[in-house]
Amino acid sequence: MEPLRVHLLLFALYRDLAGASELELEVPRGATAALAVERLRARGGGLERLPAAPLVAVNREFAPLSTPLRDGDELALLPPLAGG
Amino acid sequence: MRAWITRDPIEPSRVLEGVGGAGNGATVLFLGHVRDRNAGRPVAGMLYDAYLEMAERVLDDIAAAAARRLGTDDVAVVHRIGELTVGEVSVAIAVSSPHRAEAFAICREVIEEIKERLPVWKEEHYVEGPPAWLGGRTPAPEGAGE
Repeated sequence: MEPLRVHLLLFALYRDLAGASELELEVPRGATAALAVERLRARGGGLERLPAAPLVAVNREFAPLSTPLRDGDELALLPPLAGG
Repeated sequence: MRAWITRDPIEPSRVLEGVGGAGNGATVLFLGHVRDRNAGRPVAGMLYDAYLEMAERVLDDIAAAAARRLGTDDVAVVHRIGELTVGEVSVAIAVSSPHRAEAFAICREVIEEIKERLPVWKEEHYVEGPPAWLGGRTPAPEGAGE
């Protein structure tokens, strides 16, 4: 089966750790946000410095890491929020 | 009700436009600005980063919820992003209501909601030494995704 393509966004501290603000990632069908984070960290090159269980948003909504992903989803890794 | 995110300096008078109204006897204006020190360390400025598309929607949701509780449309809120120097306004909230108690309470709720769930981050720049991203809050996804 075709893998899912996920558009990854990284902000603030996580962008600095990863050295990138956007990445494309392929994950197997049925993958959750947690698996996408695991695959991302496994790429190395600084990405392993991202936390294993970050706050995430799927398609611009806060979402649990157990959220199943669909092809074309936007998955954002969000450092602890510090607005105001 | 108005909610927006800007890279330009915030003018409090513009935030007050649109609140008020003849039926209101009280307007509360809250301004958050960049302090010159944090935990005793001299601060030169702050860099605000945002997940802009999501932050605009969340800020709109926060203002709309406040307006619903208030029962009027008299809520305006703006958050600035980009580079700010000491003393510059990072967030401004204006709330009007017939009586002061509701205006104070709703204004307080709006800033607390911003702290709790607006996808914005700040990197503190010091007078000496490298900058640092400030720690913050992690909302429970179950409660925050509604």
